[in-house]
Amino acid sequence: MTNNKQRREIVLPGEDLNRELRRRTRRAFLTGGAATLAGWGAYKWLTGAPQEDDMPWPQRRMLHWNRKLAHAYLDDSHRMATFSPNEVTYLKPNGDVGLDAAADAGGWKLTVAAEGSHPIELRMEDLLALPKTRMITRFCCIEGWDAIASWGGVRFADFTKKFFPPGRELPAYVYMTTPDEEYYVGLDRKSALHPQTLLAYEQNEKPLVPEHGAPLRLVIPVKYGIKSIKRIGSIRYLSTQPDDYWAEQGYDWFAGL
Amino acid sequence: MPVLKLKHLRAVRWFHWINFPLLALMIWSGLLIYWAYAPYRVGSFHFFPNWFVSALGIDHRLAEGMALHFTLMWLFVLNGIAYVLYTLISGEWRYLVPRSVSVLADAWRVLLHDLYLRKGQRPPQEKYNAAQQLAYSGIVVMGAGSVLTGLAIYKPAQLAWLTALCGGYAAARLIHFALTIGYVLFFLVHVAQVAVAGWNNLRGMITGYELADDKQ
Repeated sequence: MTNNKQRREIVLPGEDLNRELRRRTRRAFLTGGAATLAGWGAYKWLTGAPQEDDMPWPQRRMLHWNRKLAHAYLDDSHRMATFSPNEVTYLKPNGDVGLDAAADAGGWKLTVAAEGSHPIELRMEDLLALPKTRMITRFCCIEGWDAIASWGGVRFADFTKKFFPPGRELPAYVYMTTPDEEYYVGLDRKSALHPQTLLAYEQNEKPLVPEHGAPLRLVIPVKYGIKSIKRIGSIRYLSTQPDDYWAEQGYDWFAGL
Repeated sequence: MPVLKLKHLRAVRWFHWINFPLLALMIWSGLLIYWAYAPYRVGSFHFFPNWFVSALGIDHRLAEGMALHFTLMWLFVLNGIAYVLYTLISGEWRYLVPRSVSVLADAWRVLLHDLYLRKGQRPPQEKYNAAQQLAYSGIVVMGAGSVLTGLAIYKPAQLAWLTALCGGYAAARLIHFALTIGYVLFFLVHVAQVAVAGWNNLRGMITGYELADDKQ
C-alpha cells in the first residue's frame, strides 16, 4: 500500500486499515506542514522585502500591475455618477499640507511648464476666459468616506488644449504642486485629460474657500481625493513619472477609481 | 466492518486550506483599511471598540492595509473561482447545492438537533446535511458578494454600473463589511461544529478519508 490514489473506498482487514489511515494522516500532515511553511515564507517575503517608497517591493510591483490593468481599461466613457444640486452633501476639508501661505488670489499666479519649453505664468483671468464646466460628482476619500460635491471650473483637457505648446506631443504625465511645493501630485495623462477632471475655482457656485484650495484646485473624481490637490501653484507636463506626496508614504501612486 | 471512505477530494482540501489563510489576511488587511473610516455600529456597539483596536494594533495602517488587500485579492479570487469550477466539473456540487425547498425545514431540524433542542437522529443526509448545504453554498454566494461589492468600491468610476447595482458607493462598502462579519460568524460556528464532530471528521478534511462502517 504505497500509492496515494484517491479511491472512493479503502477496504483492508483490521490492523492494515489502521496502518493505512495512520500512513495517510502522517503524509497529509507532512504535506500540510510543508505547505504551511511555504505559505508563511511567502507572506514574510511579501511583507518584509526591501521597501520602495515605504512599501515592500513585491506589493509595489503588484499595485503597478493593477494600475496597468486599470489604466488599459480606463476610458473617457467611464464616468463617475453625476448628481442633482439637492443631493450635495457636506465636504470635510481633510488636508492642509501646502496651504499655510495666505490664500491671496490677487497675488496668486499659476506656472505652467512643458518639458523643453519656456514656462508661462497665468492669472485667474486666463482661466476665467476658458469655457466653464460645472459638475456634481462623488468625492471619494482614500480613508473610505465619500461626499457629493458641486464644482465649477475649467476642464483640464480644455486647459491643456489652450496652454500646452501647440504642435508638440503631450507627455505621459502631469505634475502639480502647491505654491510652496509642500504638496504635490503625479497624474497619468489619460486620467488628467478625463472629461471629469476639472481645475476648479468654484464650489457650490461660490469662489473656493481657503481650506478647499482657493483660488484654484484640482478635482479629479476618477481618483481618490489625495490626488485632488488644493491651491495649485504649478503644473508641469513631464515624460517621466512624477513624485507624489502620498505615494511616497506607502500609498498607491495611481490611486484610480 | 470499518472501511475508509473518501469524503473530501484532494483538490477541495487544497482549496479549503488555501482559502483559510487568504481569507484571514483579507479580513486582517480589511481591518487596517476600515480603521481609517469606521462609521458602523449595532446599537451602542461600535465596530470596533478602542480596546480591540489597540489590542490588535490596527490603527494608522491604512496604506499597508490597502497594499496588502489589493495584492492578495487576486489569490483569494483565483482560489475561489478554481474551487467553484472544480465543484461544477467534478460533480461535487450535487452534494453541496440544495435541490429542493425541503432543505429549509431539514436545516431547521438539524439546527434544533445540534442545539440539543430536539431528540433523536438528524434528518437523513448524503455527504452533507441540510444545514451544511445551506452554509457551504451560502458562503460561496457570500464570497461572490464580497468580490462584487469590493470591485464596486475599488473602481466606482470604471465599474459605475456595478456600484449602482450594489446600491451606491456607501451601500457597497456597508455590504462588503457586513459580509466580512458574516465570515467571522461562520468561522466561529464552523470551528465549534468541527470540535463537536470530532477527530474523525476533521481528519476527513486533512487526509480526505473518514473511518466509516460499511453496512452494504
